[in-house]
Amino acid sequence: MSATLTVRATGPLALVEDLGRPGLAGIGVGRSGAADRASLRLANRVLGNEEGAAAVEVTAGGLVVEVGGEELTFCVTGARCPVTVDGRDVGTHDPVRVAVGSRVRLAAPTHGLRSYLAVRGGLDVPAVLGARSHDVLAHLGPAPLREGDVLPVRAVERPLPGVDHVPWPRWDPDVVLRAVRGPRADWARDVDVLTTTVWTASDRSNRVGMRLAGGRVEHAREEQLPSEGIWRGAVQVPPSGEPVLFLADHPVTGGYPVVAVVVGEDVDRAAQVGPGERLTFRWVEAP
Amino acid sequence: MRLLPYGDRAVLAELADGEEAMALAAAVREAAAPCVGALVPAARTVLVVAADGTAVEEVTRLLGSLRPVPLDPADEGAELVEVPVRYDGEDLEDVARLTGLSVAEVVAAHTGQTWRVAFGGFAPGFGYLVGEDERLHVPRREESRTRVPAGAVGLAGEYAGVYPRESPGGWQLLGHTDLALWDLDRDPPALLRPGVRVRFVEAGR
Repeated sequence: MSATLTVRATGPLALVEDLGRPGLAGIGVGRSGAADRASLRLANRVLGNEEGAAAVEVTAGGLVVEVGGEELTFCVTGARCPVTVDGRDVGTHDPVRVAVGSRVRLAAPTHGLRSYLAVRGGLDVPAVLGARSHDVLAHLGPAPLREGDVLPVRAVERPLPGVDHVPWPRWDPDVVLRAVRGPRADWARDVDVLTTTVWTASDRSNRVGMRLAGGRVEHAREEQLPSEGIWRGAVQVPPSGEPVLFLADHPVTGGYPVVAVVVGEDVDRAAQVGPGERLTFRWVEAP
Repeated sequence: MRLLPYGDRAVLAELADGEEAMALAAAVREAAAPCVGALVPAARTVLVVAADGTAVEEVTRLLGSLRPVPLDPADEGAELVEVPVRYDGEDLEDVARLTGLSVAEVVAAHTGQTWRVAFGGFAPGFGYLVGEDERLHVPRREESRTRVPAGAVGLAGEYAGVYPRESPGGWQLLGHTDLALWDLDRDPPALLRPGVRVRFVEAGR
């Protein structure tokens, strides 16, 4: 008998994610994976899992799961949210052992947008093209969770690490993303508009990308750019001038200029910015 | 080759043309260097992403050391996929007008050359195909369609392509194929992968 999680409520969006499927761009498949990769890795480290073990990415809280089969250990990281087991507060960033029949609930986050519920052993749903990641753009991978889904948990092979304190992420209210000038920065009339504007994450944002409102990065050129590779963190400017910051499920290639690229670890922070929240950019040099 | 910084994890190599980009992508693939975490070939560029835990400078060094050899379009060794097409597309007349050819000549030009998959994108299983000449180079439609069926065979710019699944799209449609371009239960799931050669075969109008 091995442990399971039965989904009792999903909230707005709950997805199984690991670290994605790199290396398939040639056939039009992006990497996908956890939007906040550092938080997924942290949860897995706390539990002694491989850092890329699959977990549930919970957007804006609302997930309720019931433990079946046998007892298990879980950990919640990412967006800070009240976590309860059968109504009792248990907190985040620590391993929590729960008995069969327990209900684990993640309420709406007080800080951030996406929480990660990882279980010791990792979720054992079938892999698609080598990954247990739902890609909302490519419509690939384990389907979005629905009430009644039963998620198998892999049997545990490694000892639980003796981690008794994990640093909590700092939730600085001012989100400042470090960015390197992009390969097509010269396609913007004034690319510094990016760093002098206070941007607001639009509600038309998802795992593909965050649309930014509050200013316009004007194009300096009329011509069309041949399609170029896109990667997470790329800031692309469509003709409207309103930038899009690409997240985990970005398209593989795109035809609008990439005027900036956000530093990898700051993309994790960007993935925690909810609709209506503000952010700014700061230039840094390429390594 | 010009190397452009792409954040702290990747480098964008910009080439003179599509041929050079295909050659560089093939050379990076062949080198199979552990510092490469992902490779995104595109129209004139190749984006090379450093593997996790690897400094991006290693990717820069690798790109500087490669000596890409132009691919031979007539390479008989490359895999060849035949795509049967019923030439009943809604934009056939428009393509004839835009190219100055008759409809029959459009079909003959489409079936009469060997295409090659240059790069992927847009959707899983979608390959951007380059041909041997410019006869069929046409702009995208002025207005995109909200719904293009799976198997639709189209043209846009210098490329031909086949929609692997129903989706919105702005390509000029020549016809359709019943061939499954994308099948997760097949290995590999995509028929059209970079380097694969393609012949379109008329299966009716």
